[in-house]
Amino acid sequence: MNLLSYLRQFFDNPNFQSGYDSIWNRITEHCEYSLIALAIATAIALPLAVLSGHSGRGDGTVSAIAVIGRAMPSLGLLVLLSVLLNLSLTVTMIPLVLLGMPPILLYTHAGIRAVDPAAVDAARGLGMTPWQTVRQVEFPAALPLILAGLRSAAVQIVATATLAAVVPFGGLGRYIMDGLYQYDYAQVVGGAVLVSVLCLVTLLVFWLLDRLLVSPGLRSR
Amino acid sequence: MSSLFDMPSYVQSSYLGLVSVQLEVSLGATLTGLVLALPIGQLCSRLPRFYPPVLGLVTLLYSIPSLALFVLLIDVFGESETTVFVPLALYSLAILVPGVVDGIRSVPREVVDAADGMGYGRARRYLTVELPIALPTLMAAVRVAAVSSLSLMSIGGAIGNYGGFGDLFLLGLHFFNDRLIWVGLVSLLVLSILCDLVLRGVQRLLTPWARSLRSVG
Repeated sequence: MNLLSYLRQFFDNPNFQSGYDSIWNRITEHCEYSLIALAIATAIALPLAVLSGHSGRGDGTVSAIAVIGRAMPSLGLLVLLSVLLNLSLTVTMIPLVLLGMPPILLYTHAGIRAVDPAAVDAARGLGMTPWQTVRQVEFPAALPLILAGLRSAAVQIVATATLAAVVPFGGLGRYIMDGLYQYDYAQVVGGAVLVSVLCLVTLLVFWLLDRLLVSPGLRSR
Repeated sequence: MSSLFDMPSYVQSSYLGLVSVQLEVSLGATLTGLVLALPIGQLCSRLPRFYPPVLGLVTLLYSIPSLALFVLLIDVFGESETTVFVPLALYSLAILVPGVVDGIRSVPREVVDAADGMGYGRARRYLTVELPIALPTLMAAVRVAAVSSLSLMSIGGAIGNYGGFGDLFLLGLHFFNDRLIWVGLVSLLVLSILCDLVLRGVQRLLTPWARSLRSVG
């Protein structure tokens, strides 16, 4: 009940209705940071992982990267980069991109590796070029795992984009940090709930993508 | 050498104090998660119907940002170690529950039947047959959970002085002291690697047969 009254206080506060500190503006900022970071991470990691999965090499490297990714404290990296380099949004993006890459690499590599070798042999037997094999056989068959990797990356990026406010940039983390500094707990609760909801929405979006994009033939198994 | 580990006056504990808080909270949370995950995983592997909803629930919990959960729990536990401890334990479930279930599923059916045939009771079968065989899979999950707890805990620095080495990140930012941030980052990484190594050692000690098998074959 307590939480609900804090939330009502937050949503009723006129400061957050319009202007740069409005809820809508903070959500847009948050989505913007997350989407840019996810796009860069995907652009780097996805082709690499498709390549390594297709060639069947680099198992050890990929799992080592996954371990490093889990152990990396993104807050520490973010703070270090912003103290060492100039404060800019680019600097804020670096930890987010680095955070998103390991799950994409790991899941895509594993997904392509797990494609039934008989299907790949059949594609080769049909005279498909390696590019056609990747695009028409391996990629669609590995899609559930590829999407799982993207989902894991996206949720972590959306969650961690909150930390951009520490450095200090915008996004929903702004409410949490400002609320903590101003002893305004309603603002903290508002920010925390909004960012949690955004993460759950991200999960939902990827669940829908999975329903829409994955071939029905793969689901019946 | 001593100057590197000397903390400035605005850090409220010594270097060793940070190490002990970091280990106590993140490993304690992982252990609590394990104690919870063992019965949950056992239930899910005995009643497979429960596994998808339980897995969905822990995944849902895991996707709540740590900073958000920490600040929401300030209302419940105040600014204390518990506020950091509880989310870390909950997050570890998302790694440990699948670890326990996969581990128990990796026990061959015949082995369970053989134990039953030898007249083992349920508890004895679980402790002396199923658990040891599930151990390699289980320990892999425990290692991942411990390492990610160590790094997740650093976010606790944002809600006060409860982030272990994470405290150094925010203090380093506010006082523009990059030495503190370096010390925090490197210490955290070294601690993660050491934890992983120690847990590997524990696994080797607990599964002596795996070693002898490897040396024979």
